[in-house]
Amino acid sequence: MSVGKHTAHDAGPLHVTGAARYTDDIPTPRGTLHLAFGLSTIARGKITSMDLDAVRKADGVLDVLVADDLPHDNDVSPSIHDEPLLATGRVHYLGQPLFLVVATSHLAARKAARRAQVEYTEETPLLTIDHAMAAKSHFEDGPRIYTKGDPDGALAGAANRLQGRVEIGGQEHFYLEGHAALAVPQDNGDMVVHASSQHPTEIQHKVAEAIGTPMHAVRVEVRRMGGGFGGKESQGNALCVACAVVAQKHRAPVKMRYDRDDDMIVTGKRHEFRIDYDVGFDDTGRITAVDFTQYARCGWAQDLSLPVADRAMLHADNAYNLDHARITSHRLKTNTQSNTAFRGFGGPQGIVGIERVMDHIAHHLGLDPLQVRRENFYASMVGGADASPLSDAAHRLPAMGGNISEAMKSGAAHEDLTSRGAAPAGGGEVHVAPEPQTTPYGMKVTDSIICEMVDALEVSSDYQARRKAVAAWNDKNPVLKRGIALTPVKFGISFTLTHLNQAGALVHVYQDGSIHLNHGGTEMGQGLFTKVAQVAAQSFGVPLDAVKITATDTGKVPNTSATAASSGSDLNGMAVLNACETIKARIGTVLSEGEVRFEEGRVRFDGTELSFAEAAAKAYQNRVSLSATGFYATPDVEWDRIKGHGRPFFYFAYGAAVTEVVVDTLTGENRILRADILHDCGRSLNPALDIGQIEGGYVQGVGWLTTEELVWDDKGRLTTHAPATYKIPAASDRPEVFNVALWDGANRAETVFKSKAVGEPPLMHGISAWLALSDAVSACGDGYPDLDAPATAERVLMACQKLRA
Amino acid sequence: MLTFLLNGETVEAEVGATETLLDFLRERRCLTGTKEGCNEGDCGACSVIVTGEDGVARAMNACILFMPQLSGRAVRTVEGVAGPDDALHPVQRAMVDHHGSQCGFCTPGFITTMAAAHKNGAVDHSDQLAGNLCRCTGYAPIIRAAEAAASEPVPAWMDEAVAGSTPPYPMPQSSDELAAWCQDNPDGTLIGGATDVGLWVTKQLRELDKVAFTGRCADLQRIEDTEDGLRIGAACTIGQVLEAVKPLYPSFAEMLRRYGSVQVRNAATIGGNIANGSPIGDSPPALIALGATLHLRKGDTRREMAMEEFFVEYGKQDRQPGEFVEFVTIPKQRDTLQCYKLSKRFDQDISALCGCFNIVVAGGSVAKARIAFGGMAGTPKRATHVENALTGKAWTEENMEAALAGFTKDYAPMSDMRASAAYRLQAAQNMLRRVYVESLGIPASVLEVRP
Repeated sequence: MSVGKHTAHDAGPLHVTGAARYTDDIPTPRGTLHLAFGLSTIARGKITSMDLDAVRKADGVLDVLVADDLPHDNDVSPSIHDEPLLATGRVHYLGQPLFLVVATSHLAARKAARRAQVEYTEETPLLTIDHAMAAKSHFEDGPRIYTKGDPDGALAGAANRLQGRVEIGGQEHFYLEGHAALAVPQDNGDMVVHASSQHPTEIQHKVAEAIGTPMHAVRVEVRRMGGGFGGKESQGNALCVACAVVAQKHRAPVKMRYDRDDDMIVTGKRHEFRIDYDVGFDDTGRITAVDFTQYARCGWAQDLSLPVADRAMLHADNAYNLDHARITSHRLKTNTQSNTAFRGFGGPQGIVGIERVMDHIAHHLGLDPLQVRRENFYASMVGGADASPLSDAAHRLPAMGGNISEAMKSGAAHEDLTSRGAAPAGGGEVHVAPEPQTTPYGMKVTDSIICEMVDALEVSSDYQARRKAVAAWNDKNPVLKRGIALTPVKFGISFTLTHLNQAGALVHVYQDGSIHLNHGGTEMGQGLFTKVAQVAAQSFGVPLDAVKITATDTGKVPNTSATAASSGSDLNGMAVLNACETIKARIGTVLSEGEVRFEEGRVRFDGTELSFAEAAAKAYQNRVSLSATGFYATPDVEWDRIKGHGRPFFYFAYGAAVTEVVVDTLTGENRILRADILHDCGRSLNPALDIGQIEGGYVQGVGWLTTEELVWDDKGRLTTHAPATYKIPAASDRPEVFNVALWDGANRAETVFKSKAVGEPPLMHGISAWLALSDAVSACGDGYPDLDAPATAERVLMACQKLRA
Repeated sequence: MLTFLLNGETVEAEVGATETLLDFLRERRCLTGTKEGCNEGDCGACSVIVTGEDGVARAMNACILFMPQLSGRAVRTVEGVAGPDDALHPVQRAMVDHHGSQCGFCTPGFITTMAAAHKNGAVDHSDQLAGNLCRCTGYAPIIRAAEAAASEPVPAWMDEAVAGSTPPYPMPQSSDELAAWCQDNPDGTLIGGATDVGLWVTKQLRELDKVAFTGRCADLQRIEDTEDGLRIGAACTIGQVLEAVKPLYPSFAEMLRRYGSVQVRNAATIGGNIANGSPIGDSPPALIALGATLHLRKGDTRREMAMEEFFVEYGKQDRQPGEFVEFVTIPKQRDTLQCYKLSKRFDQDISALCGCFNIVVAGGSVAKARIAFGGMAGTPKRATHVENALTGKAWTEENMEAALAGFTKDYAPMSDMRASAAYRLQAAQNMLRRVYVESLGIPASVLEVRP
């Protein structure tokens, strides 16, 4: 078996020796030129003059390009052509590229770019959600609204009602490798581009438009990125296009990389959100109606903001069945960086909204928030129409890196998995529904395992005893207050733009039995290449080292979707499997008319067997093709984003986390003491890599909601534009006790070896840390803390002060 | 011509005075394992191991390390951490086995920092790795790897044979030579560890033509421990200062533990920290609270002043052209110092404010109070009104609360990306409250709470 193993990342030995090559490490051809953008210094206005003489005369400068010098399309937008590579008279944000310096070195280009004399007529920029709302500055015509049931009627008749607001800051990706690109012109005018990009096909497309060629003249190669997190889905377009345009003009190789400050000032980030809520509920905390208004600060260009805002709406329910709900979404255009994809893609913000509501209701009723959550969870299904057995007992993956308690390892939770409908573990009561419940957008929830997972986590994390211990501590300690919170995640898996749910692969088997593998997904650290190689090895029944993983290449697999939406292994794994099955079938026809099995490095048929290499050689000698493409399109998804109705997701991934914190109520300083996470990866393709995604996602989510604060001044200048001022978690910020376990159950949907996507969902476990901080603050007084995010020490202290006042 | 050891081999090269080691490695030696993550010494992706004549391996940030600083030193990059025949170092093996790399871009920096710590036998892994940022793993597997490798022997190939060499740029060997250079070059720039000046070059893109490096001033790299106190040479690193103050003023040492990162503390000097006149500083408020004296020298003329007097106003210090910080003396006293560093992130962050309290209570009354803050004004500054309100009074909650009003007279802090003015003022006041509750034995440090 290759799948299901704790196989290490294929590039691990290369990473640790420094041999792994990233875009900026590729040896450059002789005469390579280097680029830097000159950036605007105001957020909004008209350029009245641009004096670039000093730039042109600077040491090492060969050329300077402005918008008019571009030969073809001046556009790097991934959506509606509203994003010029170089500004055309108007400035839309502080940091917008105005001109492009071509120089003999990176440093010469950077130095020269600062010598421009640019004059503007400044206009008052729209920087905030309030500015944009006042100016009615929307993308699309106005708000999008999804409704289920009769929220107004149900709110009016609610036994209890609360209103509130939560402000949620954005997040800088801070991939350790900044954006970089290298374009190498070919002898016939074709262009090869090495990019640090999650979306090679889009780079190919934008470069072809910019240099005036068909897509066939542009080949994009991506071996690996030093992190992406969504920040390299569209934001690499500008560098690649700039390099290709200059490479074409100067007939020379051209490289560009952003200095970290430029990277942070130029590129988009996670969308800031404000969420207003109005909720009605009964005395048990069961929500009878909720009305959310989401305000998303999108920045100056549309980029991917519409699907991001859509996904926030699609996750406004998280794991909770809402009978009457309205979600209104404003997509606001502002004079700031154009916000973009970031792990979770709007989902995290939507989930923060409903988790705040749960917490607020619990505080209002004086109940344990876990109890209120349970009142509202989506029910488990009894023999749902498309449900398949949830788990098989034979397939138990060892939990790694965690100390999940013995109760969990051997306990009733697993029993419950193998006999659906049996009594659950833990203290909770699992809702079991005869009919599927539906999301606010009309999708049936047929695969919910949230009740069972939360029950198991409650036991393994010792939640109830620790909640009591927290209360006892808080009674005794006047300064240091503890807090604990358990939050669930239900995350929809599929691109909501349905046609993106496809993937291609190319597999060659050589006559010596070695296998060359290519697919449309990109490797950004998540271990996709390893997982997909495991799939191929599994299919052919060969050891993993028989499979060679090669760089993503638009010349090998065309028309790929971005490696995004957690879909990498779901889509590309299936496409590869499909290609492997094609080749196996061809080999099979050569060998036997009966059953041919590929296992343990052997090919078995008619009571005899060959080695895989012998079988491959035999197929070759019989003039049978050993190369195949594979293709996969996710079935059963259909979605109308305007109506807000349909089945946007193939399935849901689930999980839950418990975080305990301690807060210094004199300064707001705080620590995470312990985190326990139980996460659903279906039947994990690779538990080691999946646990890595969960641990990393949690810490990244915690960073977003705690220390990672983006600050703009009133001119629209990002003042946190480097790691000196923008603080992602450091080593000591990880929880001191950090227990991560995988929920052991097969995906009910027909995914590759019944696994589930894992890239994005674990990020939202960080929400438990934010609500644990809120819980600790609530020990300061009787009021509700309504802590905004990021909950910096400053916001935590101010919340403490408010409660004490 | 600069001579130094690179991965065990002698390298001779013509180098620029402010050419960074990172650019040298990547652009001139094709050693691309060392990565540029931030180009300002914050992310650690460019970490390398630098061994000096003392034979101690130190992790340092190559992006803000100027080539002349390597004179007579040995540099080991990630490419040199694996042994001959490509044998993996124990930390490399452990990082693979424990899934410590995902995207792998930060990994070379982790490997070098871990290998330096491993060689030194350091097992405070979170502190050792505070200067290496990882965005993928959440650090858990990296710490597991560090723990797993800790008991493995240090491979023989990690030994360095460091030989002296002639420095290619002005590098005074003593404070006398330094004094002479400064007199001859009153407009010159002194470079200690380059953790600040490095950014003038990599971020502000400044050209510095007249520079001298203090890294060879033997007499300024010493700390003398006498009956009267500590005499700390200006070229001592923060790492050295940390070790020297640890037995005397543990709270100061604890604050310095959070000063930059291992890489920064291995490079940054106390003289640079004072002379650059940062309003935050971190060591100046502690030194002021301890009643430290600053010793300046110009040629053969020396003068001294109370530490706080050096900081005139934002961007202006009491230092004449050609004059330099020679050393600092800290008087010995019973330890009553409490330092509180407040930042968005605990480790490796610039303080929003840093409060240092030296409150001596005798017979229930405040006999002496020296309180100084960084981040509350244009300079590190004493809280004179608060001190006066406390001094001579009984050390009671009531008197402490009454003294809090003094903060608004002492400070008018500003708002910036690190904190708002209101928060700074509130937190400063609450720090005095913390001193008080801690004096009653009430726990008030989140760093001391265990799960």
